[in-house]
Amino acid sequence: MLINSETTAQLSRMSSRGAFGEAINDIKDPDNKIMVVAADVINSARLNNYAERNPEKVINVGISEQNMIGIAAGLANDGYTVFCSTFAPFASMRCFEQIRSQLGYMNLNVKVAGLLSGFAGGTFGNTHYGLEDLAIMRTIPNMTVLSPADCTETVKAVQAAAEHNGPVYIRLTGVPGQPPVYKEDFAYKIGKAIVHSEGTDVAIIATGTMVYEAIRASRALTKKEISTTVVDMHTIKPLDTELLDKIFKTHKLIVTVEEHSKIGGLGAAVAEYKAVFPDAPKQIIMGIPDEFLKAGSYTYMLAKCGLSAPNIVKIIQENI
Amino acid sequence: MQDLNTQLTQKAINIRKNIINAMGINKSAHVGGSLSCVDILTVLYGRVLKNIGKDTQDRDRFILSKGHCALALYAALAEFGIITEDELYTFGENDSDFPSHIVQNKQKGLEVSSGSLGMGLPFGIGSAIALKRKNLDKKVYVLVGNGELNEGSNWEAIMFAGARKIDNIVVIVDDNKMQNDGDSKNVLPVFDLGAKIEAFGWDIITVDGHNLEELEAAFEKAKNNKVPTAVIANTVKGKGISFMENNSIWHNSKMTDEEYSDAMKEVENVN
Repeated sequence: MLINSETTAQLSRMSSRGAFGEAINDIKDPDNKIMVVAADVINSARLNNYAERNPEKVINVGISEQNMIGIAAGLANDGYTVFCSTFAPFASMRCFEQIRSQLGYMNLNVKVAGLLSGFAGGTFGNTHYGLEDLAIMRTIPNMTVLSPADCTETVKAVQAAAEHNGPVYIRLTGVPGQPPVYKEDFAYKIGKAIVHSEGTDVAIIATGTMVYEAIRASRALTKKEISTTVVDMHTIKPLDTELLDKIFKTHKLIVTVEEHSKIGGLGAAVAEYKAVFPDAPKQIIMGIPDEFLKAGSYTYMLAKCGLSAPNIVKIIQENI
Repeated sequence: MQDLNTQLTQKAINIRKNIINAMGINKSAHVGGSLSCVDILTVLYGRVLKNIGKDTQDRDRFILSKGHCALALYAALAEFGIITEDELYTFGENDSDFPSHIVQNKQKGLEVSSGSLGMGLPFGIGSAIALKRKNLDKKVYVLVGNGELNEGSNWEAIMFAGARKIDNIVVIVDDNKMQNDGDSKNVLPVFDLGAKIEAFGWDIITVDGHNLEELEAAFEKAKNNKVPTAVIANTVKGKGISFMENNSIWHNSKMTDEEYSDAMKEVENVN
């Protein structure tokens, strides 16, 4: 797929799950090694085109997530690279044990895409929110956990996952029309975070949709003469500790931002790593509070949790 | 044929001996369910499965979904020369590659990690689809326990395999009528298990799970089926050791010195 401003805009209109389907559709598979197993989400994951072109490579198991992971595991055990998909809470929780004890334990080549994560379910409410998938998935040995910032990076994540040997969880959030962070082609490597600006005072380490907010916050802070580093931590596991080592030495404050529970996600992963550094800077964890909130629209929910550029600016000003 | 069956009968006796020896004294094992599936494993390894213990494409796939009965599988693999006796006797030792629940090791004939119930059948369906995609004329055999069928994930898989007519999968139910808390009819009655599975589009073959000839005939019949096959094997938990038979204490337990000697004496006379 050629990535340029035109395709970026197209991808952005279809949201990350559309980008996921497009990315699958785009994978070159000369050895016939790709298989897709989905739990009644061929339409939701925009896999229709791929399924029409490759009916023999797509298995719809119906609404049975545990069976989906088991079948994917069996296929992977026989050498296939398998993409699985359903909505994030079901992908990460209904079949968590299958993911841990089959994909993780046997290090099988299955990529699980959690659709509609974070608050992307909007008024669907908490049953459909992906609040804790990063936390859950990163506890599994052998698991790689990806959290792309936008639709363009979703395509990159899917491509990288297809080439990576081992289980991968890809967290997809955002809604159609989500503003893109990446409008041109760029280098993407699993485990290697992307630095958007280099500053000296505060490091804003963001993931998923919050990368865009972090960049906006950084611009506003520059005007207020606060110098910020902005990091797109697109891989939650393995964490880019090489970059964190540098950041801990050179900044006064770390702010992590994620559209995910404050418990166990990016903020926790950074804090766990930071714990052994005696002189590491203070960290503020911005994320979703530990409660079941009343449902609302996507933008309403983000605002309710203070997950916006203006609030990042405010928090930083209060803590610097 | 008579000679072959005599040989096979001897194999079953040896596998039971291996189980008792590897379990030894004061070492806990899921011995009841291990003993109930010995004859099934004997026929599978003695007559049905090919190229086991070789990580080659054309190996048959055997999945022990009731992974707590790993000891029975290790005992069979030792009897059929796929693992050594020394390896078998590491059962229950620290850092063993042959622990109480299976850790995948295809070179040693261990197709899939198992232990958490209800996961082998979905995995087996994936294997069966993979074999078809590769045009390999092989079947996947999945051994499940009757208690294990309480897990809903099995029924997702049964529904799927029936609907898609996955005809290269054979599920064997080691139906010893018991589970952890005792008699299955008290824990959770399933009524007519065969009728339930059949209703999802499967072919059902019911056999005496301790009769080697009936088991072999069932696997032979399953070869030509155009739908998935479930072999419901009526078995006795603890089969071959009188004090363990139909006694839920031996679902997972340890033997004393005396129990070990008694078990060894009896195991010679089984079948």
